[in-house]
Amino acid sequence: MFKINQLIASVLMLAITSLTYAADQKLVLTGSSTIAPLAVELGKRFEKLNPGVRVDVQSGGSSRGVSDARSGLADIGMASRALKDEEKDLKSFTIALDGIGVILHKDNPVKTLTDQQVIDIYTGKITNWRDVGGKDGRITVVNKAEGRSTLELFTHYYKLKNSDIKAQVVIGDNQQGIKTVAGNPGAIGYVSIGTAEFESGNGTPIKLLPMEGVAASVENVRNGSFPLSRPLNLVTKYVPMGLVKQFIDFTRSKEVADLVEAQYFVPLPH
Amino acid sequence: MSRSRTDQPLISVLAISAVIAAAILLLILLFLLRESWPVLNKVGILRFFTDDGWYPLEARFGLAPMLWATLAVGIGAVLVATPLGLAATLFTRFYAPRWLALPFQRMVALLAGIPSVVFGLWGLTVLVPFIAAFEPPGASLLAGILILTIMILPTIALTADAALAAVPEHYLRGSAALGFSRATTILGVLLPAAKAGITGGILLAAARALGETMAVLMVAGNVVQTPTSLFDPIRTLTANIALEMAYATGDHRASLFVSGLMLMGLVLVLAMSASRLGGGRLHG
Repeated sequence: MFKINQLIASVLMLAITSLTYAADQKLVLTGSSTIAPLAVELGKRFEKLNPGVRVDVQSGGSSRGVSDARSGLADIGMASRALKDEEKDLKSFTIALDGIGVILHKDNPVKTLTDQQVIDIYTGKITNWRDVGGKDGRITVVNKAEGRSTLELFTHYYKLKNSDIKAQVVIGDNQQGIKTVAGNPGAIGYVSIGTAEFESGNGTPIKLLPMEGVAASVENVRNGSFPLSRPLNLVTKYVPMGLVKQFIDFTRSKEVADLVEAQYFVPLPH
Repeated sequence: MSRSRTDQPLISVLAISAVIAAAILLLILLFLLRESWPVLNKVGILRFFTDDGWYPLEARFGLAPMLWATLAVGIGAVLVATPLGLAATLFTRFYAPRWLALPFQRMVALLAGIPSVVFGLWGLTVLVPFIAAFEPPGASLLAGILILTIMILPTIALTADAALAAVPEHYLRGSAALGFSRATTILGVLLPAAKAGITGGILLAAARALGETMAVLMVAGNVVQTPTSLFDPIRTLTANIALEMAYATGDHRASLFVSGLMLMGLVLVLAMSASRLGGGRLHG
């Protein structure tokens, strides 16, 4: 009899533990490599506040975020751009803002470029810094690889096609872009303002150019005056409910502004 | 060789392992084919060679410039690394004093173990700015060749060393008996005898050069164009996959798998010429 009691007890124990495991909830986020580091931090704090919840973040680009949210591979997609027209069936929630800034080497005497000059440089019509008020020297155009949201935003703003751009260097992520420009006094590139501001503040020899007279700074992205900025969005297939809604509300709340700033993004105005 | 009964378990284990190794290669090939099939079926294999430019989002799929760039950077690296690697080996084996030879050999072996991303980072922050000072943008075919040279040099040096060590002792004695000088012994006896092993090492190094991704991606500029000078930025097939795969969907993604297929074809051709060149002749 005793043995049977023991057996029943252990089976019960097992059932209870598996029940609590089943109660463990998991949120899967995939998408933009720009948002991913922020999402990891947001997830950690969310996990701490909600025991039993796990937040799993994988990066792979905004396009993947959107397609994973649609296919259901992810609960929430991350996209560092506004939804395109053919994606309007999805729901998007802005959690922070990011600006894209044109960067030059610190030693480059050029102080500002007009939109037309940037376009002419990127399309190969201007190939020497002399023609835009700089020293005599060839311009090295740094472009992003196809499919990156930074590239999409840049070409969309300047109304260019990627095939119009005559680049000398094509890069993957922001860091590679900053290192390329820092190592070449004749280079011009474009990267996330938050990252560039952090790097130049830490002694990397790069500088951000103003646009249409507006300084490229986190401050001006926040107040909306900087023209080349983008929203960082969470994307879902349906109107969020339950845990998904709880997480999205959390990421848009004032309590995570410090996390957003720590990643050199700009929190939503509250 | 006669097969005793005790050999049977060993034979089956070996056979199974051999089948698995072959099956993995076959599965990879099938996987590449399956993933690239949607776009191969839609636009045809020919357009990957004839399209002008690589803008997969605008349905232009020209891979040919990257094929040439991959070959150029691979062949360039082999051409520079082979004499350097052979010279290093011959020096340590036959001319260097003992106290120098051993540390030198250790260092070459250590060089073989450095991760490629470290070479890439060094290239990006030191080599590329250095070249840019003479001929901007610096990120170029030349930078790719130099980085790959450093990476494959130890492979060539170490395999050549092993091949030379495997030359039978009596060849050396014969050479000494004929009164050959050290230079004649090396050039006339040892190198021809070790030819198969050395060639094998060079082809192994060439395969590594063609497949190397990270370091080349960081220093070569990644602009899709057929290189016409050493200072042109280029994009290799592997860099193409690594740069765009994370962000690609649909036809764009499938066309990246075509890059992979093409690279595999290139390596297959290399392997076939390897068996031709090295073909079984030992100490010939």
